[in-house]
Amino acid sequence: MIAQNISFWILAVVCVGAALAVVSLQNVFRAALALVLSFLAVAGIYILLSAEFLAVVQVLIYVGAISVIIILAIMMTREYQHGSPSNKLRVPAFIVSLTFLGLVLYGIVNTSWNISGSAPASPDTVLLAGKLFGSGGYVLPVEISGVLLLAAVIGAIALVRNKK
Amino acid sequence: MTVLSNALLLTALPSDWPGNNFWLHLVVFAVIIIAFVLSFVIGFIWLERRAMARMQARLGPNRVGPFGLLQPIADAIKVLIKEDIIPSRADKLVYWLAPIIAFTPVMMLFAVIPFSNGAVLSDLNVGVLYFVAVSSISSVGVFMAGWGSNNKYTLIGAMRDVASVVSYEIPIVISLVGVVLLAGSMSLNQIVQAQNIPYILMQPLGFVVFFLAGSAEINRAPFDLLEADSEIVAGFHTEYSGMKFALFYLVEYAEALALSAIISTLFLAGWKGPLLPPWLWFLTKVIAVFFVIIWVRTTVPRVRIDQLMSFAWKFLLPLALINLVITALEVLFWQGFTPWVSVVVNIAITVVLILAWSRMLKVGGGRVEIVTGGETKS
Repeated sequence: MIAQNISFWILAVVCVGAALAVVSLQNVFRAALALVLSFLAVAGIYILLSAEFLAVVQVLIYVGAISVIIILAIMMTREYQHGSPSNKLRVPAFIVSLTFLGLVLYGIVNTSWNISGSAPASPDTVLLAGKLFGSGGYVLPVEISGVLLLAAVIGAIALVRNKK
Repeated sequence: MTVLSNALLLTALPSDWPGNNFWLHLVVFAVIIIAFVLSFVIGFIWLERRAMARMQARLGPNRVGPFGLLQPIADAIKVLIKEDIIPSRADKLVYWLAPIIAFTPVMMLFAVIPFSNGAVLSDLNVGVLYFVAVSSISSVGVFMAGWGSNNKYTLIGAMRDVASVVSYEIPIVISLVGVVLLAGSMSLNQIVQAQNIPYILMQPLGFVVFFLAGSAEINRAPFDLLEADSEIVAGFHTEYSGMKFALFYLVEYAEALALSAIISTLFLAGWKGPLLPPWLWFLTKVIAVFFVIIWVRTTVPRVRIDQLMSFAWKFLLPLALINLVITALEVLFWQGFTPWVSVVVNIAITVVLILAWSRMLKVGGGRVEIVTGGETKS
């Protein structure tokens, strides 16, 4: 139990520290790398919660795909060394993010979380598959999100297509 | 001492060897994995240089030690005592961290590979996904190297790596789903136990797609255009020297070793085999797969970047999807039949599909139009 607590605090500090680095670093490339570190720390916290499948998928999708796309976008930009220069939107952005933080905190504090007393299921993969694709599970939301993603991809292609 | 004497026998180990102690298990397997990776990388460098030389009617390194066996060790010492140069306009922190971030995930890959029944550092129940996820982290190290060096050739190499990683991860994952469906598990040890017939026969199409996409993901020839010496110097590690360069070199061969190990485990029945002890079967299969990778490298010319992309999206991805559908149908409706019938049917389907798709790629698609002086050639 002590080892788990120590690991949790190390991961939590790394995660929050990396997230702060993402928004405060001037160098956009380094900010993207800090984002990768933050994603990895979140995956570690998932492992502590006995959600191995979620942790592995977090690494696969967020570190392997989304960060890679972000880094690709940064490499395509000019002047990436001193990317995010401060502009006139600094104060409005601060107010908006502060309001958002307040709303999220209010939501977290005022929700009564259902905590199960039973031990986490292991292995969780089969149970998860049953929930997602089995009868009485969440097949319809899964399919709808798939169609939505496909529509988004087609929309992106239609936007950048070479119109001849 | 009992642990050591058990290790030397290795033929009939209890499945929870070396005991139930967590730390003992961790330390013993960490040592085994590091020794395995380092010795096999040195062996692979020698094997690749000698085999390639033989295929190209040259001699290859044959002066240091018997058959040139000590050549990689001499090279390693040479690289270690070289001067460590950091470009003056480089991003120092990123430049310094890049080799470490590329190297660590590659070593982590071997944590889920079973050397014998149950002889595995951690038999994760999501082993297959773990392999794909962790192997994608090391490309972050490659971008860091390419960007941190502040050199246009390294940046081009890194950009090409981004493009290939994003494209080839999709066919890799989809082609592995077929294996997972057949075995009914994502744990690598259970996948090996489920293979009464090696899955290369049950899943020939999945094997071809995974082999090609895997070679592209680890940038082996003919997909090595992000470090193509004849066009962009050495790609992302142009500016590296000394120990940092050695780490990138080690990563390259350790990735090839990991790919050979995962192909032997998933498609060639891993440690299973008659007569010989299981670990020897596993190592034999790893070496055989690596030999095929060398063979491909010496046979096929390097592809262009547009061919790399169209190969992933127009060839591998549709075939991987078709393989997934066929496998799912077979698992649903063909459970009662004898497996050898499905072996014949699967191989026939694979041959037909690959021939048909290659024909489709030949006509127009997959080739860029070259405009010379107003007249269009294809």
